[in-house]
Amino acid sequence: MSEPAFRHLLDIEDLGDRDGIEEVMRLTDSFVEVSERTIPKVPALRGKTVAWLFYEDSTRTRLSFETAAKRLSADTMNFSVSSSSVKKGESLRDTARTIEAMGIDAIVVRHASAGAPHRIASWVDAAVVNAGDGWHQHPTQALLDTYTLRSRLGDLDGRHVAIIGDIKHSRVARSDVWAFTRMGARVTLVAPPTLLPPSLEGWPVEVSHDLDAVLPTVDAAYLLRMQRERMTEALLPSLREYTACYGLTERRAELLADGAVVMHPGPMNRGVEIAAEVADLPNSLILDQVRNGVAVRMAVLFLLLGSGSDKVPTVRSDG
Amino acid sequence: MAERERRQAPPYGGIFVPRTRVMERDDLRRAVWRMAHEIVEANAGVDDVVLVGLQTGGIPVADSIAEALSSITGIDVEVGSLDVAFYRDDIGLRPVLPEAVTTIPWNLDGHVVVLCDDVLFTGRTIRAALNALSDYGRPRAVQLAVMVDRGHRELPIRPDYVGKNLPTRRDEVVDVSEDGVDLGEMRR
Amino acid sequence: MTDAPTIVIKGGRVVDPDGSRDADVVIEDGRIAAVGADLSADRTLDAAGCIVAPGLVDLHSHLREPGKEEAETVETGARGAALGGYTAILAMPNTTPAIDSAAVVRQVLELGRDAICDVFSSGAITVDRAGEQLAPMAEMAALGVRIFTDDGTGVQDNRLMRRAMEYAAGLGVTLAQHCEDDALCGGGHMHEGEWSARLGIAGQPAEAEELMVMRDIALARLTGCSIHFQHMSTARSVAMIRDAIAGGLPVTAEATPHHFTLTHADCRGYDPVFKVNPPLRTDADVAAVRAGLADGAIAAIATDHAPHAPETKELPFDQAPPGMLGLETALALALTELDLPIEQVLALLSWQPARIMGVDDLHGSLAEGRAANVCVIDPEATWTVDGEAMASRSRNTPYQGREVRGRVRHTVLHGEPVVVDTEPQR
Repeated sequence: MSEPAFRHLLDIEDLGDRDGIEEVMRLTDSFVEVSERTIPKVPALRGKTVAWLFYEDSTRTRLSFETAAKRLSADTMNFSVSSSSVKKGESLRDTARTIEAMGIDAIVVRHASAGAPHRIASWVDAAVVNAGDGWHQHPTQALLDTYTLRSRLGDLDGRHVAIIGDIKHSRVARSDVWAFTRMGARVTLVAPPTLLPPSLEGWPVEVSHDLDAVLPTVDAAYLLRMQRERMTEALLPSLREYTACYGLTERRAELLADGAVVMHPGPMNRGVEIAAEVADLPNSLILDQVRNGVAVRMAVLFLLLGSGSDKVPTVRSDG
Repeated sequence: MAERERRQAPPYGGIFVPRTRVMERDDLRRAVWRMAHEIVEANAGVDDVVLVGLQTGGIPVADSIAEALSSITGIDVEVGSLDVAFYRDDIGLRPVLPEAVTTIPWNLDGHVVVLCDDVLFTGRTIRAALNALSDYGRPRAVQLAVMVDRGHRELPIRPDYVGKNLPTRRDEVVDVSEDGVDLGEMRR
Repeated sequence: MTDAPTIVIKGGRVVDPDGSRDADVVIEDGRIAAVGADLSADRTLDAAGCIVAPGLVDLHSHLREPGKEEAETVETGARGAALGGYTAILAMPNTTPAIDSAAVVRQVLELGRDAICDVFSSGAITVDRAGEQLAPMAEMAALGVRIFTDDGTGVQDNRLMRRAMEYAAGLGVTLAQHCEDDALCGGGHMHEGEWSARLGIAGQPAEAEELMVMRDIALARLTGCSIHFQHMSTARSVAMIRDAIAGGLPVTAEATPHHFTLTHADCRGYDPVFKVNPPLRTDADVAAVRAGLADGAIAAIATDHAPHAPETKELPFDQAPPGMLGLETALALALTELDLPIEQVLALLSWQPARIMGVDDLHGSLAEGRAANVCVIDPEATWTVDGEAMASRSRNTPYQGREVRGRVRHTVLHGEPVVVDTEPQR
């Protein structure tokens, strides 16, 4: 078995091809088992310290990472940026180096600016995990989405996933597209042209503006959060019109084939991109996504921090 | 120690070159039967006994002991598997990845757990296994069954049931398969 | 000055608007005294194997003074310019305060008086470059300002731009435009296209530049005012300018080295050293800019030298300010990257921008009797770009570590050797 080839997790691309994602999936299986125990905690990362550097509020993602780190017995430190002296304008480099000087092994970064984790990774020796950077990527979300889909659908080869909504501003879409397609799935983006990226050159996707036509053909409908501020940017006439054209209403949910599933990265705008009733249907994997988030993040932290020197090859557990 | 696995994990691994056959297939079968009888005797039956094989070499050992126990007592003993990767003391020193998902789907409170492995060497894997087991409950007792005890312990751990005591040099390698047990070296 | 020793630049090949020839150049009293074979003087500057050319002229330098002296000063900017072979640079008006009055023009010219490169000042078109009210162009023109621009931003309002051009036509000055429609690229940080989509960074469409080029060509036709297009970056901009020139309109244009050497793909590592305005564009745009330089649609290479203090480039890509250093690398990049004869490269870097800037009485010629503004270039010398080694106060060169060809050996400013053997003399 190959050792992890990545020092940081900044993009899904850091995991390389399909094998890299499979490796995370396999490890996640083990951590799902850990999470189901009476004492869902292992000593694997004792003595390691993981710091949160969140320039953007995100209780959900931070809690998920924090639970993951604690279940691995790592120490955690919250460098709460919004409430500290760090404001827009302070050198990212100074902040990152200050944190590293405290002896941190991994920095989990969320930032409103695309590429901020990449910059930090270029300045520090600690492992950097991207917990969402602007519109760019949110790789652990993509991994937990992939894990969740596989748990329900099995192998993703030839499966058809529609990603629906505001692709243009979505770091989730920008990660899921690569994760799903590398695992063999076919991805269709469904959105009005104003909410698609300005170029899809090089993206392994199909595009549709007709949700009703796409829904019967998919194995999974992945809905993105529709942010209200998009209305002010002349991207959409109104939320009502968005829901009418692209919302997963009860009527539309009936177009889904038997066994097709519904996903959403949360937090949901019930009644906008997804009808309240649809979110609670048995084929909704939304809570599974949250549950698997912890195990996937344990896998990522363990791969980055538990794998040790890259000079020595992997020793299997029975060694 | 699942020495076979080491074939794929250089620099410890390489190609296993057998030198001496130390147990034949029949020897293995007899050892399993003897250990099963000892387990029954020591625990006055198998009512509370569960077997837990260590990934990966301990799994077939646990399975064959369970089969023997079933023949002896007529009772099917539960068999679980344990992967100790997350409990190892060399995490971070070298890449460590679990081999398989642990399956211990019962609370171990009050049970007698017989840990099963193929080769007992430094004892570090068993130390990790003892830690891991405590996360699944509080067993009444934990016992250890190994097919081969090759010595060179680095921790105060001793087996309760042994298929064969095999004096070895540290640099030798013991390979347990269903065909038998070989002593040899790794060619890097 | 009659006591000053005479100087001969010996053994080189002279290239200027009059052509190319192997000749020595004698300088006396700050002027070119003679160009010919086997000349001698009190002091000799060795030019064996070198090109002897008129000093380079930059239409587009951000010297940051007054206001951002931590990034650059007139003195350090001029020093970098001299090392890059320049004898004249045009300071852009986006300082703090903006160069939008005679007082600030005077200050900049005063700061440049002792520099080792002639520093000319541009003036803002509108007060505080805010695009609302015309700046006092006549009072600035009286101090010698020949180019007016709101560079850093374009004049957005159509009516105001029309008035500015009408007014400027009466003064005989040139307006220079930073072409960018703010509404169309509002919030953008790089070229809108394949890479902005992949990287998740808001884009600036090529059309934002092209719309303003189109408008200003129309206004040049309407007003007769001469307009200079700054840092042209898109294929369609170049094509429109080519057509406008063919149509006889008073239009000129410049392009920067980074727009003929780098593309938006260079932004993929999120290093803001590649963030610039207008943004790095596509391979096709780079090819079109190169073609424009080759066929004359673009008459000048300008640096858009834009120093930024290091900590400002340590922000995330979308928060960092746009701009990159240029004065010390422009010549080498042009010689290394442009597949053009050296005579044409020097025309783009020296006498053509000198004419646009209205300083061709002092710069851009080695004819006898002209001011002795000279640069001596070793066209085969290779060197590695290193921001740390630059004279600029800032380090934001996107070419760090790149090997380039062509190095300035000597620079002579009004008869004074200010750079000798690549070393500044004061």
